[in-house]
Amino acid sequence: MTSNRDTEAALALHRFGFGPAPGSIAAIASDPRGALLADIMRPDAGLVAAGNLPNSAQAARAFFEYRAKRAAEQKLAQRAKQQAALNGNGASMSSGNATSANAQPAEPSADLDAQNEPANVGVQLVQNEAHVRIEAAVGAQIGFAERLVWFWSNHFCVSTDRIPSMAGAYEREAIRPHILGRFLDMLVAVESHPAMLFYLDNAESMGPDSVAGINRSRGLDENLAREALELHTLGVRSGYSQADVTNFAKVLTGWTFIGTGVPEHGGEFVFFERLHEPGDQIILAKHYFDTGMQQGLAVLADLARHPATARHIAQKLAVHFVADTPPPALVDKLTKTFSDSDGDLKEVAKALITAEESWTPQRGKLKRPSEWHVGALRLTGARGNVARFMVGQLRLGEPMWRPPAPSGYSDYESAWIDGLGQRADIASNFANRIADRLEPTSLVEQGLGPLASAETRDTIARAGSRAQALALLLMSPEFLRR
Amino acid sequence: MTTLHAPSRRQLLRASGTLFAWAYLPKLARAEGRDPRFLTIVLRGALDGLAVVAPVGDQDWISLRGDNALTLDGKTPALKLDDFFALNPAMPNLQRMFKDNEAIIVHAAATSYRERSHFDGQDVLESGVEKPGSIDSGWLNRALAGLAPEGAVIPNRRRAFAVGPVTPLVVRGPAPVLSWSPRQALPASDDTIMRLLELYRHTDPAFARVLENHSQLAALAQSGSVQKIPGGAQIMGPNAAQLRAYVAETVGAAAKFLAQPDGPRVGALPLDGWDTHFNEGIAAGRLAQLLGALDGALAAAKDNLGAAWHETVIVLVTEFGRTARINGTLGTDHGTATVMLLAGGALKGGRVVADWPGLKAADLLENRDLKPTVDVRGVLKGLLKDHLRADERILSTDVFPGSAAVKPVAGLVTAA
Repeated sequence: MTSNRDTEAALALHRFGFGPAPGSIAAIASDPRGALLADIMRPDAGLVAAGNLPNSAQAARAFFEYRAKRAAEQKLAQRAKQQAALNGNGASMSSGNATSANAQPAEPSADLDAQNEPANVGVQLVQNEAHVRIEAAVGAQIGFAERLVWFWSNHFCVSTDRIPSMAGAYEREAIRPHILGRFLDMLVAVESHPAMLFYLDNAESMGPDSVAGINRSRGLDENLAREALELHTLGVRSGYSQADVTNFAKVLTGWTFIGTGVPEHGGEFVFFERLHEPGDQIILAKHYFDTGMQQGLAVLADLARHPATARHIAQKLAVHFVADTPPPALVDKLTKTFSDSDGDLKEVAKALITAEESWTPQRGKLKRPSEWHVGALRLTGARGNVARFMVGQLRLGEPMWRPPAPSGYSDYESAWIDGLGQRADIASNFANRIADRLEPTSLVEQGLGPLASAETRDTIARAGSRAQALALLLMSPEFLRR
Repeated sequence: MTTLHAPSRRQLLRASGTLFAWAYLPKLARAEGRDPRFLTIVLRGALDGLAVVAPVGDQDWISLRGDNALTLDGKTPALKLDDFFALNPAMPNLQRMFKDNEAIIVHAAATSYRERSHFDGQDVLESGVEKPGSIDSGWLNRALAGLAPEGAVIPNRRRAFAVGPVTPLVVRGPAPVLSWSPRQALPASDDTIMRLLELYRHTDPAFARVLENHSQLAALAQSGSVQKIPGGAQIMGPNAAQLRAYVAETVGAAAKFLAQPDGPRVGALPLDGWDTHFNEGIAAGRLAQLLGALDGALAAAKDNLGAAWHETVIVLVTEFGRTARINGTLGTDHGTATVMLLAGGALKGGRVVADWPGLKAADLLENRDLKPTVDVRGVLKGLLKDHLRADERILSTDVFPGSAAVKPVAGLVTAA
């Protein structure tokens, strides 16, 4: 019986958490499912202490200032260069040495650049936010709530490629407070967040018949409306038409933010009546009166309640946590809970961990690189620096907050399995750095416990060095899959 | 491969991040007008001593290892050392040093450890303590701490250094160390990949397929038929050239540190990957590649040390040896006695130090391993005493606790 409990505890940590830290299998073995429940019942579940981190508007303004200053400096430098060229043309022609000296800056030295340029504010903002995120994941007792944060953040993803300043703050502001609240609240927070409005181009969208649209001969951008339907709520091919997309885009016009160069309130959400397409709209055969911003909120409320949304979310959750092809009964249960509770995400999370189908002993689900990476830090107690983690994630093809498309990172094995070789490289380098002070055989117990196959134990026991043993442990199927 | 220019103090500081003042150095040796250098290379994974230095003069040699026995007239003939021993063909530089009296082979040597766990064996080897246990300092560090403190402070020479991403146990301890890491990281080794493949074949066919496909791709890429592996990053382990370059850079950098007039005098670095259970490749395969890389690194070290080579001893040690016989997968399993390799201009070289135990079944330890007849600690004590002038009493108490009965092997270095 004890051994069954241990197995379930290890399974709980790998499947629903960020993987075991030393001692955590034993810590929850008396009641693994109860421990998962307790993790999401904490009043601060999903939240992180923001400390000195700026909110998204402050961050955006700081980034704007930084870029403005750099642009000015570059202009000055450009002017000085032109002046020097005018003044010193003859002198430099007369000396071969001078010419070659002038040629040198054309090959910039990485070191010099790093010393002379002020730190990139965008990079710093992302790193500071990433630090908080990684600490929360690595330090969590189980990490179920944090896994939900990462799930929803990926579901409603933005990218630092487009909006480096806000990506981290966006997660703290629009995602974290709602992972165990109502889906509609998260949906509204997301679709009205400046990061999303910028990422999916709604900030500049204007109704063709709005005051601003007429004056500037500009019009709609459908990007956010389409992705909100296709990715955020109903799901692709769930019955909406192009007209629905266009009309929803009209509804969302005016959802924008104050320019980030504006002092005090730059970067904050604002509903700009002047951009808003006047008139009623029909979406999914329902009539929405033109009530300004309320019109959009009314559409979102209906989308959040739509049966297709419930099934879409249920399917994604089951695929993310349990299996690429999840048991249909599990998806049905989650769908029903989502609908019956009017999108209460705490109820949905509870349903996920209480459903018997979630506990299938088959552990075929390949962890995404980031989850695996965090799991390695947890198990070994290593606290790598943020930059190293980010570079590792880049090499593994999953740079943090930088998905290639608004659909976020894939949750399917086919997307990740070819990166196994890169994981082996990362695991080896990581192990070489830290394995010296670790005891691999005890880490097998702490990290896999009863999940470890005889073959895996044997392979690790026969490794040629501690570092190799640790690399093999991290690369074992039991550690790579959940 | 860009070669490192001689690292300045400034570079040392930048590379290590931390720096400690340290008021100990081989004072007595310096009083004799010498300035000895000492580098320890730990070969982790258990090196097959019989594959490095073969007892070709032993009448039981061929029957012991059959087709895998190195011989002087094989397809890849071993390199003759003396009438009895021959060196792996991948190590011509070491052979040259041996002929020039700059290398010593110690054979049938082992630490005090008689079990066969890598990790415990490495702990015993590097800690210098008789039995495995939790000790977090190494014999080399304690030896330095035991040297007489010098009155006058010469700031830059007073520290040991370690090369590699982790400070190896052998050099950890009370005496402050300085560490330096090669800039480039290697991809996972072929050995690690092969072990994973073996595991996946039994437990996860999908993973096995992926790694196999990538290994084929990588092989194609290395043969030049494919320009680049899709995805950019290297999938399979380093090829022979990469490995040679990496090991040469690592060992070569250590030598450059030692060569500096005001540089450190004692260092250590670990090299992994000697655990050859299957397809060992003694004369031409994997082990030969590794030994070739090591041999090239010794040559690089000699070059980089310049004149300081004549005051240098490099000692290569491994936790234990491997089975005397070849196993069922053309490799060797964990064993006991093995070789120690000593190289450097300060050696009284050109000799094999051995009390040969023989290879008949009855001569082998537990009818499987080369029987140890030399204690690794005796050799190390001899070097520390005669080369660095460490105090013999301290060597038997602090450095290798409980080793009073193990006498320092005398006459290894010219200064003795």
